[in-house]
Amino acid sequence: MASLATPPEVQVKTKWKISKSPSSWLVWGAVIFFFINLVGVIGTVVVSSFGTEWFDGWLPAGWTLSFYQTAWHDYQVAELLKVTLKVAGAVVLIAILVGTPAAYALARRDFPGKRIVMLCFLLPIMLPPITFGIPLATFIYKLNLGGTLLGVIIANLVPAIPFVILVLTPFIEQIDPRIESAARICGANTWQIFWRILAPLIVPGLLAAALLVLVQTVALFELTYLVSGPTSTTLVVALYYAVFASGIRPYQAISAMAVFYMLSTLFILIVALRFVSPTQLVSRVRNTSEEKN
Amino acid sequence: MSAKTQSREFSSTRRFWLKEHGIDSTLLLIVPALLAMLVFFVYPTVYGTILSFHPANKAGFLENYKTFFGDPYMRKSIFNTFRIALPVSLVNVCLAVPVAVKMRHRVKGQRAINTILIIPISLGTVLIAEGLYAYLSPNGWFNRTLMAAHIIHAPLQMLHNFWGVMISLIISGFPFAFLLTLSYISGINPKMEEAASILGAGPIQRFRFVTLPLLAPGLAITFCLNFVLAFSVFPSANLLGNPSGDSHVLAVAATDVISQSYDYSMASAISLITAVCEITVVVLVFAIRSRFYTGSTTGGKG
Repeated sequence: MASLATPPEVQVKTKWKISKSPSSWLVWGAVIFFFINLVGVIGTVVVSSFGTEWFDGWLPAGWTLSFYQTAWHDYQVAELLKVTLKVAGAVVLIAILVGTPAAYALARRDFPGKRIVMLCFLLPIMLPPITFGIPLATFIYKLNLGGTLLGVIIANLVPAIPFVILVLTPFIEQIDPRIESAARICGANTWQIFWRILAPLIVPGLLAAALLVLVQTVALFELTYLVSGPTSTTLVVALYYAVFASGIRPYQAISAMAVFYMLSTLFILIVALRFVSPTQLVSRVRNTSEEKN
Repeated sequence: MSAKTQSREFSSTRRFWLKEHGIDSTLLLIVPALLAMLVFFVYPTVYGTILSFHPANKAGFLENYKTFFGDPYMRKSIFNTFRIALPVSLVNVCLAVPVAVKMRHRVKGQRAINTILIIPISLGTVLIAEGLYAYLSPNGWFNRTLMAAHIIHAPLQMLHNFWGVMISLIISGFPFAFLLTLSYISGINPKMEEAASILGAGPIQRFRFVTLPLLAPGLAITFCLNFVLAFSVFPSANLLGNPSGDSHVLAVAATDVISQSYDYSMASAISLITAVCEITVVVLVFAIRSRFYTGSTTGGKG
């Protein structure tokens, strides 16, 4: 009822003001500048992968598709894709399964030693991957898992599990605990509360976490670089080696390889965005408040 | 009979005590995640720390650290890392907040804008570095456009120095900061701003006194995550910067030691130094954060 007190005129006025203020123009200008440069960066890679020779001028001298063939065979892109998908899939699944319950417990309970537990989860995210990656790689090699798929999955899980926890804990904190209390009074056990009450409410957060972990894992370079071997190299590590050792193969082939990598990440992104969009997350609060109105 | 009652009483007091301190079966939910962290994060880190005090050449236990701080080239990598990471994370967060604030209001083409902004995260630093290498080169589109528009007369030198690394970290870091800020800002109930508006607060006041305090905890996390990304600038520093000059950052120093001499002991020492530098900044940020409001962002009464 209290929400009815807001007259619609006030809202309209505020909206109009925001869209015309100079600060808006500044923000949009910055965003557009960012977009133009982003398009330039990606465009350069794509254009160069189709070009025959490109030393000077706005565009390459001629066009060809042959470098895609070179890249596909020389870099064994099919094999790299398979490895990347296996690693990313396993990491997302395990991280969500292990991270979600922990996030719930951390959001709802205060217990002795919580700070230490929290620190345990915060550190892998708060530390640059390279710092714990070097000791971790030493450890994984000691376990004889160095260079294996399992070793790469383990290395990627170390930041992924805390990431899920960190994304989900604030989401669960936002859910009013009184809803759970009410369910508990009505006789629901923890398991029922989790599946019937919490799960539907945290789905947006869960999907956001899964999307972020998936995208992060595919793009995560440092840890995979330190742990992977010839049979467990992911696409991004192979791309780094290709760029770093440029000169062995023509630049256009490296660009073509980059396009393969780009297409696979964009594919994952598009698939993920079909189920969760940041816009949905943004408008969720607004929608519910409008429904109340 | 009485013994049974006593034991029941005892167990109920104990359960009560545990409940009072928040210990119940819910806590078991943490166990798998905690175990994974202990085995694959805490143990290797402790192992690496101990290893760093056992130098490969069997010299004194502080030998690795003496080598690092005694060598001006190595020592300067700390400064190089901060010089890149601090401004980049500040710029990213400062850009992300106004954009996120605008985006939470309904805007035409919002979904498209968000999608495009998220692309750089999914591409990762390696691809961004690869693309920037050609884009920022003297013959690249960036310099060509500026020269065609007569803004500059000679190509800007942005490769193999500090700037290339900075730009690549803004391109990959800004969308990340934006996405996180957006998710935190969308958790703030718009009713609070509406209430402030009714009380006569202008847009700047609403932002300064309502949105910003509620956003502060989220911003602290966003800054830290961005700082971490920028702190391990290993691929972009190697591909775009000058890895033996002003972008000889800690991550490059550590991986160089491994690839050149397989000295895991020295590499662990550099890792530890990196970690200490980084934690100092994070602790500072969270100390500042703890002075702000912490609690529900959805508002008390609906």
